[in-house]
Amino acid sequence: MSLPSNATAFLKDAEAIAAAIPDGAALGLPPDYSLVAMAVVRALVRRKAKDLKLIGVPQLGLCADILIGAGCVREVETSAVTLGEAGLAPRFTEAAEKKTLKIVDATCPMVHSGLQATEKGVPFMPLRGVLGSDLVERHPDWKTIDNPYAKGDPILLAKAIVPDVALFHARWADEAGNVWVGRRQELATIAHASQACYATYEELKPGDMLEDELLAPGCISSVYVTGVARAPRGAWPLGVPGAYGIDDAHLMQYAKLAKTAAGFRQYLDEFVRKPVAA
Amino acid sequence: MKPAKEELLACVIARLIGDARHVAVGAASPIPATGAFLLKQGNPSLRISLLQKRTGNPFTAGSRELFDLAGQGRIDVFFLGGAQIDGEANINLVEAEGKRFPGSFGSAFMYFSAGKTILFREEHSPRVLVKKVDFVSAPGWSPPGVQRRGGPAALLTGKALFSWQADKHRFLLESVHPGSSAGELRGVTGFDYDEPARVPDTGVPTQAELGLLRGPVAEAIGENYPEFARRVWGGSRAV
Repeated sequence: MSLPSNATAFLKDAEAIAAAIPDGAALGLPPDYSLVAMAVVRALVRRKAKDLKLIGVPQLGLCADILIGAGCVREVETSAVTLGEAGLAPRFTEAAEKKTLKIVDATCPMVHSGLQATEKGVPFMPLRGVLGSDLVERHPDWKTIDNPYAKGDPILLAKAIVPDVALFHARWADEAGNVWVGRRQELATIAHASQACYATYEELKPGDMLEDELLAPGCISSVYVTGVARAPRGAWPLGVPGAYGIDDAHLMQYAKLAKTAAGFRQYLDEFVRKPVAA
Repeated sequence: MKPAKEELLACVIARLIGDARHVAVGAASPIPATGAFLLKQGNPSLRISLLQKRTGNPFTAGSRELFDLAGQGRIDVFFLGGAQIDGEANINLVEAEGKRFPGSFGSAFMYFSAGKTILFREEHSPRVLVKKVDFVSAPGWSPPGVQRRGGPAALLTGKALFSWQADKHRFLLESVHPGSSAGELRGVTGFDYDEPARVPDTGVPTQAELGLLRGPVAEAIGENYPEFARRVWGGSRAV
């Protein structure tokens, strides 16, 4: 892939984004509270995506549980996988306990730091704390060094994390290919650090949001955006703050069904395999 | 009306927060949030950052802002729990006895960076309070030479309150909640701890505290933890 993107592709729909994401790709994904591209997640299941690596920035939820349950995932690197108030993520939990999934456990600010290193084009980023956690021993990419500016001061390094694809949902895209995510700035970090970036959006705004001083600070510039596609209510059953909230009842229903493999299949049949109006 | 267990625990948490300027409360922590809002009634300048606030969230720089704030020393008090907590205040959020839990979240950083951490877990059983955790998500203490601003201040469970003795790397039993006894605790606590000759009862909420909890605090909590508010204070309080 080549950086930067000088011509954001306007794709037909969520299916087209799922088709552009290759099997085996490492996807940088936001948590459930931060604009998840659920319509693309469902399309990835329908196109039977394989061997994906999911990087939780900094943690994962419903999207990861569905992709894991549907057999699309080889590895996750994340600080946690949780359905929040709806409890444990059942397909992740079962795959972890049966050891059918590679899990690289992290802690939130180490994920942010690794992506920030990539944003700056440097090989690593130091972070305080964490030393003495078993995470340090297990994580393949973390190293402890002596602070070169002080004696006897060990400090941990996060290796630069480079996702192949950033994937999320935006409130708006515009005709210039910019996307607006408001305060969800972890999405900007993922987009900046990734080799490609695909976003679904609720609505298209005419013109160029970067010309609007009030909208520009919540935008991710098209320089990072490879492709966008319209997906109304594309985050459902998760939410878009200011537009629609998280569908808590649906999450509870999912958590209940996905407890068993049969229940999960029923969920896929009902809400994923056939395209549904959210 | 008798104080609910949740009200008692929130009052203990308010006392533990003490004179902090900024308390951050993580996801799914309605009792710590209740304690913080109770304290705020008498100290309006206390800043409370609720991570899980769905609208009007205090953070504008994305989810890394909490950690950047903590890294600079701008968060005085944080709360952590654990699938397992051991006698050296190590916490485990990853796996135990073949069971997988969600993961470590930001614990390995926040435990070092917040001014102090209050360990809170309602379940008080040998399953949770173990001699040694199966996996250290975040260590309770660090050897000399490792920079660490904060660490555990106390461990509060549904049965008792322990304080942390940083010099001995051991908990000290401070008080036992109504309905439990110091004698009973040894049997349900998997780790060893210190204990004074006479263990006091945990102070129960005062009428004034109950008045605040059932009034303005219930209202504030209902906005962010509707299910919890409904359960503790009844339907009329929840929004």
